[in-house]
Amino acid sequence: MHELAITQGILSVVLEAAEAAGARRVLAVDLIVGALTGYVDDSIRFYFDLLSRGTLAEGAALRIRREPGEGCCQACGARFPVEPPLTPVCPLCGSPQIQVEGGTRCLVERIEVEDGNEHPGGEGDPSGQ
Amino acid sequence: MGTNIPVVKAILQANEAVAAENRAAFDAAGLLVVNLMSAPGAGKTSLILTTLERLPDALRVGVIEGDIASTLDAERIAARGIPVVQINTGGACHLDAPMIRSALAHLPLAALDLLFIENVGNLICPAEFDLGAHLNVVIASVPEGHDKPYKYPGMFQKADAIVLNKADLLELLDFDLAAFRHGLEILRPDPRLFIVSCRTGQGVDAWVQWLMEQRRARSPSANAT
Repeated sequence: MHELAITQGILSVVLEAAEAAGARRVLAVDLIVGALTGYVDDSIRFYFDLLSRGTLAEGAALRIRREPGEGCCQACGARFPVEPPLTPVCPLCGSPQIQVEGGTRCLVERIEVEDGNEHPGGEGDPSGQ
Repeated sequence: MGTNIPVVKAILQANEAVAAENRAAFDAAGLLVVNLMSAPGAGKTSLILTTLERLPDALRVGVIEGDIASTLDAERIAARGIPVVQINTGGACHLDAPMIRSALAHLPLAALDLLFIENVGNLICPAEFDLGAHLNVVIASVPEGHDKPYKYPGMFQKADAIVLNKADLLELLDFDLAAFRHGLEILRPDPRLFIVSCRTGQGVDAWVQWLMEQRRARSPSANAT
């Protein structure tokens, strides 16, 4: 159930962007989910399908890119991707002198939409179809 | 083929906007706000109660209690004569900034120096929702095991301080303190760790002293308290 609230957040960002673009329908959503957050992709998909019913985003494909944290070894300088559970030592040289950063972002990167009949009232709007 | 529209927006931006408003309200009232997060049963309420006993009498403290249901924790606080507001999230596993904003209407902010927010017991979601607090504190407890920073890094990465509670059980259980501390150090250089037992009072003074330092650092006029 942890994913319910963030999926509400995802949907509201998606719908806002789709409406601003005058879209008729959202076909796909590109999402970045930090691996260190503990959120489960399948749960996000489950709630997205449920919450998006009756909205512009109903039926949209959810493309989730998991963004790992980045480990950095102070002993050998290696950089390596990190997912929970963290390992206590560098996977290359075995040193415990490691630091982990990042992997906590959650954001909507891009949406793919089916255009509406009319473009939104932007400047230089071409002369209709 | 559809049209691609770049968005690049944080999912919780609406929450973060309200959190910023909360923080501004706290700053205007000159109080320090501490968000306490932990798994269920680690000792959030116990830490608040133990801390209350050791804070200077002149310090005016309030508490916001977050729970999925029930007012048991709030009753324990109110029994001490402390202003407390209960938020029942009705199933949601964390507090969010709008819930805090609603609760603030029921607290005498200008008459407080320190506000504890006891989040819902959970090591995942509360980390994602900025409430507008100045300090995020994670409470872990010895019976949970030393692997929690490795399994729930998001929560520990955002902690300004970590309180390891139930330290009186260290000698009874196979809790590897060095491994726990190392897990914290991987996520945050020089983590501020307090090893306490709310039951025996061990280590609580150092935690309270740190809290008071944090308050003084934010409010130069607070030296009187």
